[in-house]
Amino acid sequence: MSGLLTIENVGISFGGIQALFGISLDIRAGEIFAVIGPNGAGKTTLFNIISGVCPPQQGRVLLEGCDVTGLPPHQLARLGLSRTFQNLQIFFRMSAIENVMVGRHIHEERNVLAHMLALPSVRRQNRQTRETAGGLLALVGLSDLADTPAGSLSYGALKRLEIARAVAGEPKILLLDEPAAGCNPVETEEIDEVIKTISGRGITVVLVEHDMRLVMKISNRIHVLDHGTTLAQGDAATVRSNPAVIAAYLGNRGTQHSAVG
Amino acid sequence: MARRLFASPYALVGAIVLVVILLPLILTGNFYLRVAALVYINAIAVIGLNLLMGYAGQVSLGHAGFFGIGAYAVALGPTTLGFPVWLSLVTGAAFSGLLAFVVGRPILRLRGHYLAVATLGLGLLIWMVFNNQSELTGGPNGMQVPRLMLFGWRAVGPIIWYWISGATLVFCSWIALNLINSPTGRAFRAIHDSEIASRVLGIDIARYKLLVFVLSAVYAAIAGSYFSLFDGFVTPDTAGFLRSIEFVVMAVLGGLGSILGSIVGAALLVVLPQALTVFHEYEEIVLGLIMIVFMIFLPGGIVPSLLARWRWRTA
Repeated sequence: MSGLLTIENVGISFGGIQALFGISLDIRAGEIFAVIGPNGAGKTTLFNIISGVCPPQQGRVLLEGCDVTGLPPHQLARLGLSRTFQNLQIFFRMSAIENVMVGRHIHEERNVLAHMLALPSVRRQNRQTRETAGGLLALVGLSDLADTPAGSLSYGALKRLEIARAVAGEPKILLLDEPAAGCNPVETEEIDEVIKTISGRGITVVLVEHDMRLVMKISNRIHVLDHGTTLAQGDAATVRSNPAVIAAYLGNRGTQHSAVG
Repeated sequence: MARRLFASPYALVGAIVLVVILLPLILTGNFYLRVAALVYINAIAVIGLNLLMGYAGQVSLGHAGFFGIGAYAVALGPTTLGFPVWLSLVTGAAFSGLLAFVVGRPILRLRGHYLAVATLGLGLLIWMVFNNQSELTGGPNGMQVPRLMLFGWRAVGPIIWYWISGATLVFCSWIALNLINSPTGRAFRAIHDSEIASRVLGIDIARYKLLVFVLSAVYAAIAGSYFSLFDGFVTPDTAGFLRSIEFVVMAVLGGLGSILGSIVGAALLVVLPQALTVFHEYEEIVLGLIMIVFMIFLPGGIVPSLLARWRWRTA
């Protein structure tokens, strides 16, 4: 029985630099799966491949057993895959609730002529979308800021807003690229709660994260990348005690160059 | 309460209706009606351009080309194809939309300055066709435009064109506002702010860019048809580069991402040159200075900047 999302031997290089070498993953429905690794390990590249932002040069991506390699992101979204970004990609000229409403796009009727004439069905759907979006803002604790322009929200709020927007599409699988990056401990705690709630809704979560405490606390399984290759995979305890992982994070006496000077 | 009412999109349509109905009571006389009709006609084109530039964030420096297609359609349709004027207008709008569809596919892949240059080229090409096909269009000398017949009446003169263009402006504003407040409009605005985020949320950005480009081309063509029918004469300058720039200035000055801004911008750029004739040879300098001052003090465009200030004060 294969998992919800399977990655087979995926590899890519950028201008002669191999960013990923034959990575294989199998993500099961319902789990929280973390991808960790030092800077430049290829974590975000892996996310870009899975979400269709940049197609792989080798290997395949399977979603529910179907080959989805090279499909554009908007089609993957329709198949139930959504993501957030390491560097925020918020619609800054829209209000918080409008951001989440955009997330409902794939579930809305897209008849342009009906939209132009504002037919009753379109108005009804608009109300429904706003209601659903309001509920999701409540889920991430942003109800009070629904009508605030996204441009004037705090960093931590924007991180949660981006998650709410991705969840609005009712994905089967959600990729979170460093959801807690740049957040203070309180904000990280809030993000932690949000991720657990999402997972509790039956959405499979795959996250890239540097905050080890967060990763160790919430992940079912962890996959460690370094220099584009798989270093280790397993639960928190297994990964933590793996000598190769420790070497990659803390440096290895034999290969470490002097940083002094 | 007042704020809520003001924020509703339909309050704006109501306000436009009121202005269109009440204006002739205040400004009597053919000269004023003529100027007002020109404002409305320009505003129709600028609303379309604002959907493209202000909402979806795609620049066009060639919109006078589509305006010119509408303008020449009502001149050429009746003379060469024997179409009635109204059918020529519809055909012109359809042709303009079709051209935008065909050309839009490749050029909307470009972004920012590159898209600006590509649309500039498109506008110049269209202008050249009207300028060089002398046996059809009369070349640089222009050509006569047959009059529109409405229920057996010849539509001539400022009064009738005031009402036709006013009613069309109301309709076009209504359509634009409906669209903005629909999933389609949210997709436009999303693409403006982040293409990558729009894509992963399931928005087919190529489709929506093409859609708004075609729509803005149709708006421009309708405005162009009205313009030449109102004037009774059309020259290649109708499709010229200067007019493209004028449309962009109207949209930017009035406010990108604002339907009301489109109308205010059109009004300002049509009325100011008339009002500034008292400065004689210094007219252009004064106009330029006024534009610079507006952009310095209301950098987001007149309507959005004033609205932001007003909200800030009442908050």
